[in-house]
Amino acid sequence: MATYKTSLKRARGLGSARGGTDHFWQQRLSGISNIIVIAFLIYAAISLAGMPREAVKAFFSQPLNAILGVLLAISISFHMRLGMQAIIEDYIHREGTKLVLVLLNTFFSIFIGVACVMAVTKLYLGV
Amino acid sequence: MAEAKAGAARPQASRPLSPHIFIFRPYVNMVMSIVHRITGAANYFGSLLLAAWLISAAAGDEKYNAIGSILGSPVGLIVLFGFTWSLMHHMLGGIRHFIWDSGYGFAIPSIRFLSWATIFGSLTLTGLIWMVGLYQWGVR
Repeated sequence: MATYKTSLKRARGLGSARGGTDHFWQQRLSGISNIIVIAFLIYAAISLAGMPREAVKAFFSQPLNAILGVLLAISISFHMRLGMQAIIEDYIHREGTKLVLVLLNTFFSIFIGVACVMAVTKLYLGV
Repeated sequence: MAEAKAGAARPQASRPLSPHIFIFRPYVNMVMSIVHRITGAANYFGSLLLAAWLISAAAGDEKYNAIGSILGSPVGLIVLFGFTWSLMHHMLGGIRHFIWDSGYGFAIPSIRFLSWATIFGSLTLTGLIWMVGLYQWGVR
């Protein structure tokens, strides 16, 4: 069938991983944001090690801590989804298995992210 | 047009195989590359610990204390120590990749230096974090 698309138009967004350079770039971007939020996590962990629950509530009732807590959840879940997808694509070559694992990976990462955001939000609101 | 289907049976043997990791003498940059992927996967599942801690804190005293006693047990502390190292190693490995992505550090001595810096840096950072953390914990 005749097609009027240019070769570039057909290739764009495909490539061996069907994602062009988006995956690579997003992995770097979330890697940079991870450095910031992991520094916050270390600070939070040291501040709260061995402390009672009230201290955790007080910590996350501070708006900046709550914001960084939510960003931590978003940044790491985004990054770990991309990373695990790369691992799956490297080692799993059966299309069906790969599809299922990539899907489960996405669900797991989103679950972790949403669960952490919800927990931080609840702690922030103090309800 | 006949095209070979992906995953179709391939002719057995008689074709040269590209050498894979097991055939090379381990180089530090190669080991760090492998460890970067392993620590990434470990951090992936380590996120469960973070989620468990936050969720339990949001849920109530009973759940929080239960998670706290697991994480604060000897095994829990060893796991957390390993998780800390894994995070630091993966972070420094990521920074090493940023340097390479920017087009720097490709001379062999630089590659070796950056690779060794990843392992020693991660151990140092982990040690520092735990020294401060345990001090804080003891002070309370």
